[in-house]
Amino acid sequence: MLEIAIKGSKNYWLWLVFLLVVMGAGTIAYLDQFMNGLMTTGMSRDVSWGFYIANFTFLVGVAAGGVMVVIPYYLHNYEKFHRITILGEFLAVGALIMCLLFIVVDLGQPIRMLNVLLYPSPKSMLFYDMLVLNGYLFLNIVIGWKVLEAERNQVEPPSWTKPLIYLSIPFAIGIHTVTAYLYCGLPGRGFWLTAILAPRFLASAFAAGPAFLIILCYIIRKFTKFDPGWDAMQTLSKIVCWAIIANLFFFLCEVFVVYYSNIPGHKVHIQYLLFGYHGYTALVPWMWTSLTLMATGAIFLLIPQLRNNKTLLPISCAMIFFGAWIDKGLGMISGGFVPSPLHHVTEYGPTGPEIMITLGVYATGFLVITILYKLATQVKEEVRG
Amino acid sequence: MMENNRRRFLKVAGIAAIGLGASPAISFASSDAHGAAVAVKRKNKEALSAHRWGMVIDTNKITDEIVEKIIDACHKTHNVPDFNHEVDEEKYPETRPVNHKQEVKWIWEEEFHNAFPDKEDEFLAERFHDLPFLVTCNHCKNPPCVQACPTQATFKREDGIVLMDFHRCIGCRFCMAACPFGARSFNFRDPRPFVEEIDPRFPTRSKGVVEKCNLCAERLALGEQPHCVEASEGAIVVGDLDDPESEVRALLNEHYTIRRKQSLGTEPSVYYVM
Repeated sequence: MLEIAIKGSKNYWLWLVFLLVVMGAGTIAYLDQFMNGLMTTGMSRDVSWGFYIANFTFLVGVAAGGVMVVIPYYLHNYEKFHRITILGEFLAVGALIMCLLFIVVDLGQPIRMLNVLLYPSPKSMLFYDMLVLNGYLFLNIVIGWKVLEAERNQVEPPSWTKPLIYLSIPFAIGIHTVTAYLYCGLPGRGFWLTAILAPRFLASAFAAGPAFLIILCYIIRKFTKFDPGWDAMQTLSKIVCWAIIANLFFFLCEVFVVYYSNIPGHKVHIQYLLFGYHGYTALVPWMWTSLTLMATGAIFLLIPQLRNNKTLLPISCAMIFFGAWIDKGLGMISGGFVPSPLHHVTEYGPTGPEIMITLGVYATGFLVITILYKLATQVKEEVRG
Repeated sequence: MMENNRRRFLKVAGIAAIGLGASPAISFASSDAHGAAVAVKRKNKEALSAHRWGMVIDTNKITDEIVEKIIDACHKTHNVPDFNHEVDEEKYPETRPVNHKQEVKWIWEEEFHNAFPDKEDEFLAERFHDLPFLVTCNHCKNPPCVQACPTQATFKREDGIVLMDFHRCIGCRFCMAACPFGARSFNFRDPRPFVEEIDPRFPTRSKGVVEKCNLCAERLALGEQPHCVEASEGAIVVGDLDDPESEVRALLNEHYTIRRKQSLGTEPSVYYVM
């Protein structure tokens, strides 16, 4: 089946070359970081996790969001999702590969990475995160590949894929829950120490993942002969709508609790993010942009006339996607570290090399997604034609 | 899983490090059968031991001068890099400029409201405002850093000391996020150009690993007091918190003491006499 990936249009190859160039630039930046240490990043003693871990967290959500097409199709036999289920699964594969790469580039001693397996530590949440992330990646590769292969040969997928598909559902919920547990079980970090962190992560994941999927459907419609189906995209947009509303609601709950209880250790982080703290305001414009994007996107998707508008729909989805990215990618991690446990304020911003490495990881993920989507769309075109 | 020797070695309390002190900790004896050398572990008789090590800092006796002496003694003997140190260009050519936010420190000075942010009080007695408070790893009874570590590179020894295995650490910095006291530092770069004079009695670190105060475990093993205690002119005492007859317990009995962020339940082993 892989032979499909080496036959493509000029645009397809140009896009792949572009991704490879970005990957190359990211690799050069990473080699410097590998040789000289994480000093090349904007991270510090006080803000010890930055852009890498933030993007990791966001992409775990995108990967988990794939389950929003799997559940309706496989559990509720929602036929309209038949064509896009594979897209959700392959999106998860690309997102998970990016997640794992972000973990690796964040390590101070990446060559010792396998110590996590050599000395398994069941008390550490990172141990479980490794298990569920790799498990979910494996499941999606196997399921996606086998189902697509069966479709190409116009036979039923092997029966053993069914239990794997059902297993992938709790895994999807699991990857984002455990990722939230990395943060929300830490006693000294008031911003993350909240039971609603995992539900909030899931809500934003179920908005960002399907929102991105809708945008990908538009791209597929433009560049291939395969049509994912307008009805499926409409249903997806309703899922995005309610998930982002849930995310905003959970955030509102958070804001109420910290301000009404007025407990300084919890309040101070949200104060820093939304209004600034002792004159430090680096993230304030970002956070308000994020909230505005998510809220406006939610309203656009809530009103049927606007949701049905084929020009507006991808814009609404992009707003929600970027809003959720800022919320998780910039606010969620930095916000937890500022102010520090000793109430010092050290602000964080990624450096040039850090951004380049991040782009390199994204390019790698997009390369994987492009190739997998090329296979999926071509097979579906063949079968229909 | 079999633990490797280095680690078992670190875990056994009161074993003097190889090549340190008068009595070697490991002596090599000939095996009868093959004549090969076999390493034998022997406990140093002079080693200081405790069921649970703790520290009492008398804030009344701490002055700015003593603070400086303590930090200096600790950081110099543990090869902690000083980013203000001028790099030897010949030995380390093309060293890039430092980012002071990425500094490494084991013990340092804070103001009261930073050391005890949950005890902030607008009517706090004036003398506390100006007092230097020394902060370091609390060697918690329930250390969140140990719980978070995915490789057990940081671990609590039987005598309560929380240690780092610099050679196992993968540099994920989960422990830094977990520590409520900001006690841990990450080597964002090779620290060696910033060590004025390397003390051969303690290992230097490589880039990419986390480090922190080790309560001078290597000194206790030799029967010596930690550097901070020696430099403190009586302001810092370490001893066995589980022994009612110990000096630290006597101090805790006689004075009103506080600990940092007690409400979090990590049970810090460092006490401050107010």
